[in-house]
Amino acid sequence: MSINYDEYEIVVGLEVHAQLLTNSKLFCGDSAAFGGDPNTHISPITLAHPGTLPKLNKKAITYAVKIGLACNCSITRHNYFARKNYFYPDLPKGYQLSQHTTPVCQGGFVTIRTQEGTRDIRLNRIHMEEDAGKSLHDVDPNNTCVDYNRAGVPLVEIVTEPDIHSGDEAYAYLTELRKLLRYLEICDGNMEEGSMRCDANISVRKKGDTKLGTKVEVKNLNSIRNVKRAIEFESKRLIDILESGEKVIQQTRSFDAGNGTTFALRTKEDANDYRYFADPDLTPFVVTDELLHEVRASIPALPEERVVRYTQELQLPDYDARVITDEKELAVYFEQIIEHTKNYKAAANWMLGPVKSWLNETGGSITAFPVPPATIAALIALIDSNQVNFSVASTKLFAALLKEPGKQPLQLAKELNLLQDSDEGNVAAWIEEVLNKMPDKVAEYKKGKKGLIGLFVGEVKKVSKGKADPKLTNDILLKKLQ
Amino acid sequence: MYLKAGNNQLLFKYHSIAQYHQDLLTGTTSCVEAVQHYLQQIDARRHLNAYVNTYGGEALKRAAELDASRKAGKPTGKLHGVVIALKDVIAYKDHPLTAASKILEGFNPVFNATAVDRLLAEEAIIIGHTNCDEFAMGSTNENSSYGKVLNALDETRVPGGSSGGSAVAVQAGLCMVSLGSDTGGSVRQPADFCGVVGLKPTYGRISRHGLIAYASSFDQIGIFAANVPDVALVLEVIAGPDDFDSTGALQPVDAYSNLTPLPAKPLRIAYFKEALESPALDNEIRQSILEFAAKLQADGHTVAPVEFEYLDFIVPAYYILTTAEASSNLSRYDGVKYGHRNLAKNNSLTDFYCATRSEGFGWEVKRRIMLGTFVLSAGYYDAYFTKAQQVRKLLVDKINLIFSQFDTILLPTAPSTAFRIGEKTEDPISMYLADIFTVFSNLTGIPTISIPLFWHSNGMPYGVQIMTNQFSELYLLQLSQLWMQQFRHAG
Repeated sequence: MSINYDEYEIVVGLEVHAQLLTNSKLFCGDSAAFGGDPNTHISPITLAHPGTLPKLNKKAITYAVKIGLACNCSITRHNYFARKNYFYPDLPKGYQLSQHTTPVCQGGFVTIRTQEGTRDIRLNRIHMEEDAGKSLHDVDPNNTCVDYNRAGVPLVEIVTEPDIHSGDEAYAYLTELRKLLRYLEICDGNMEEGSMRCDANISVRKKGDTKLGTKVEVKNLNSIRNVKRAIEFESKRLIDILESGEKVIQQTRSFDAGNGTTFALRTKEDANDYRYFADPDLTPFVVTDELLHEVRASIPALPEERVVRYTQELQLPDYDARVITDEKELAVYFEQIIEHTKNYKAAANWMLGPVKSWLNETGGSITAFPVPPATIAALIALIDSNQVNFSVASTKLFAALLKEPGKQPLQLAKELNLLQDSDEGNVAAWIEEVLNKMPDKVAEYKKGKKGLIGLFVGEVKKVSKGKADPKLTNDILLKKLQ
Repeated sequence: MYLKAGNNQLLFKYHSIAQYHQDLLTGTTSCVEAVQHYLQQIDARRHLNAYVNTYGGEALKRAAELDASRKAGKPTGKLHGVVIALKDVIAYKDHPLTAASKILEGFNPVFNATAVDRLLAEEAIIIGHTNCDEFAMGSTNENSSYGKVLNALDETRVPGGSSGGSAVAVQAGLCMVSLGSDTGGSVRQPADFCGVVGLKPTYGRISRHGLIAYASSFDQIGIFAANVPDVALVLEVIAGPDDFDSTGALQPVDAYSNLTPLPAKPLRIAYFKEALESPALDNEIRQSILEFAAKLQADGHTVAPVEFEYLDFIVPAYYILTTAEASSNLSRYDGVKYGHRNLAKNNSLTDFYCATRSEGFGWEVKRRIMLGTFVLSAGYYDAYFTKAQQVRKLLVDKINLIFSQFDTILLPTAPSTAFRIGEKTEDPISMYLADIFTVFSNLTGIPTISIPLFWHSNGMPYGVQIMTNQFSELYLLQLSQLWMQQFRHAG
């Protein structure tokens, strides 16, 4: 008997841990940079030496408030950190400082777009906590080693409501969330390096049921694609269990990216009693009106806002607007071009065409792109004034500019003899030369084979080395061939 | 005053920092002489077990440097040449620090406690670390991995705890002043048992950076000395805000050492009726406090009993909250990063933790970790931890009310004089209950001093606690100085 998977609804909640891009750790001055030789970003405070005390990094608060405001959350004014007590070698103090009862951001949502349209994924909370160190099991054959560089690095944990119903939605949500984190420059969103990590709480229920099914938590999802794969695999597995008449056990599972399956790590019985209580070594902190205003003012225009502006004010197609706003730096570059030109569509075409190709070929980012935005605007002006045609501009002139990005396009076009010739005499002479070379074709044209006009235009382009003004060429040709 | 005796022993006599500084200036003595004297005394009275480590060589070297600097006419620090002992819970860079626990064997801190930095900056000489109850948990100094400390006035008695070594070091003349820590009376009670002055400042007055934590929201470094002006001067040096301790108070530090006499005006003095009626209180102690109160009244002050309906709740609330914090504070001692580690091949990580911590911690510490873990665990949290927090809040409200009507509160320091060694070890509950008069200040954060005014017919000294409002240390010290001069009974 075949299983009808469509009878089931998949219910997913995601917990994303994002490492904040602060210079120092959440509770001390040690570097919070990724990597470094093992145990080089440490001090007595990171190592929880006796007598050390935490001191809150104010920058981390502003970052957490930033993502909260960007996700439409309400901001908690009176906050404190609680101790989450458990033993593990990578946890130097024997407790993790985390905003258990007073998450700095509550509620809110992230808007996603899938093939089914636009939808808001509701957030439960965003709270701050410190990261743990890393246990290294492959350094020494007989011992586990611990690297405390990461211990104490600030994280925000962004928790959704069980609002996601497919792998595709999870994919869209994570893509959107990562875009926001990067726009705000508070997390680099690199899932492979672990600066953004995701756990998925997955359950299934018959469509129409209101009660949530028993959930499993899937960990070790090191890419957005793997989150989608894990949800697709795991939801199918859960449906298969239910269809076979068995019950789902609440457990934590790990995703194996190699074969796309999950396996059990531990069941709920092993759950810790974390004995949370407010950390007496820290005083409560207050998000003041001033801080809130300051953070709000520092938030750049977010992707959605820019898309609206591009499509409505600038009349760009939705597709163009979305590609350009995919990364803040691209959008910023685009906006710098249109400070110098009113031809917005042409600017978008340059972004989506030659500029994107360069990014793809070099694998570099727009910040490394050598040609200044004003120069792209100057190129657009050259084309619009018929001095250079687009194909010459986007190939020869663009390539030359990449080599000499400091030069002005007009200057360079002159040097390379790429300027279009709009002198009627010159164009007529080139036409004459072409028509004289191929009297048969001219005869055929005159007999009615009007499609040959393209051949003549091409030949004129060739003999003029691309300089003949195409429109003028066309006009004169038509006259001469009458 | 500093004559050499026939056996060529130095007859260094210490009275106060002020007198010592005067003698240094007149050349009657030197820092080297002082350090030599204390090293000899420490050696002669080693059996008291007051010190766990002494730093004789470097103390002498520093003393010589200070002597040279002073003689060269360079300005001198406020604590120039003052010989100070630290409780073994206060970090002194590159010197062993164990909290009298096996679990920290071999541990050397890589930084100074802020209090130590400030002492050194004013040219104090650190002579050693003193014995104490393990992780400052205890009232007798019998729970130490280094063994018990003896009370120098009666060696069959305990010095009190947990800062027993620091109290004896001052009592027996083994240093000029010493630092302890006070979480529930660990400075005031041993000061009381040993007949010296012991101050617990307002919570947050002295940075806790570099103080090994027992219960973070209660812990405060305290000061032992033979007299009030010495306490005041040391407090003036070490108090004040510190970037390393965000729970530290930002209030400016008064010139505590400027103990100008209080204006002669009637004081409003409160005492807790229920405390003095407590059946646990020794009769002689009750009598002398009442007589003391009567004398104050006769001097024109108002002395009035205040209802203290929470007396029965304070010890339970104190032990619930402090053990809860301790159970978490002591989690870091796991054998992974420093200190004692069980080296056997353990089957699992849990086995490793169990073996390491079972070997490393003593019984009292284990008892408190278990208690604290219990009161924080799911199912019991609200019945214990939450309730105790509510009691603490009531006590703070109560103290605010009292200080809106009174200038100071008088309270016995301990229900009895120093216990006999071993007397309370089998009965932890009765030992905990003996903290009834001291834990109040830690629950509410107010500054409190114990001054040694009295002698018991059993030959032991005891004192009285004086409490004042938050951050009114200057007033507290002025009052203490006045009453020490007026009422101290000669021993």
